[in-house]
Amino acid sequence: MKEVSTSLHVASLYTWGSIVAMTFASVVGDVMLARAMKQVGDVHVLWRREGLLRVVARTLGNPNFFLGVTAMAVAFFSLLFALSWGDVSLVGPAAASLTFIGNAFAAKIFLREKVDRRRWIATVLVAGGVALLAR
Amino acid sequence: MTFRKYLVLAGVTVFAAAGDSMLSHGMKQLGNISLHHLPDVVLAILNPWVAVGILLLLAFFAAYMNALSWADLTYVLPATSLGYVLLALIAKFVLHEQVSASRWLGIALISGGVGFVAGGPALTPHSQAKESGGAKDSLSADRETSRGARTRVSNGVGS
Repeated sequence: MKEVSTSLHVASLYTWGSIVAMTFASVVGDVMLARAMKQVGDVHVLWRREGLLRVVARTLGNPNFFLGVTAMAVAFFSLLFALSWGDVSLVGPAAASLTFIGNAFAAKIFLREKVDRRRWIATVLVAGGVALLAR
Repeated sequence: MTFRKYLVLAGVTVFAAAGDSMLSHGMKQLGNISLHHLPDVVLAILNPWVAVGILLLLAFFAAYMNALSWADLTYVLPATSLGYVLLALIAKFVLHEQVSASRWLGIALISGGVGFVAGGPALTPHSQAKESGGAKDSLSADRETSRGARTRVSNGVGS
């Protein structure tokens, strides 16, 4: 922190830029991973019936799983970048809560999950939480 | 929801919060990384705190995949949000970062949201039966797709 005002500006720009990048990548990743695991089936049932190796093989053999992991890797390095500029108590909640809101829409549209009033209220509460955390 | 499933959700929460905190501590040791030295982000893995953080996040990932196999994405994600309460406590008492009153309120709102979701059902009932667990699922999904396609075709012919 040599020139306080400009470095603060750059820091918040970098922080929020990487938060937005991370949000987009994690929404894509979460939707792909959720779809993959629904295709694999209930892990507890599968594990009891066919063993752990079969569970791992089924998961790793799923193409959606690999797309999801790739998107998550992009999100992860955006997170490392963001954490080097901002506090963990801002970056963590802000990025993942924005992801939460994006995921509510994405899950409804792409995964056809029943996002009822209960889950929308939760989304609004989290959005309020994000607004406060962003100060 | 069995006890084992709640244990998996607890794992999702704790591993995520602990992993993020380890990463934060490690990245603060390394200092700011500018856009001009972007490859430094990859070298950050050599820092022991970052390495342990990554191991914890791998544990989180296993628990997360486990949970997603039997619950909705919009049900599992709030469980990770619960970690922020934990994260704030770690940030304040271990990393000695400033956690202001408005941030605490934000964390409280997020926790409230988690409470709302947790009170509802874990899984949207789709056509595939949950307990069939695998091979049958993809079969019934295929059947559903072909039925949908047929409906669309017949609609197209009709109109």
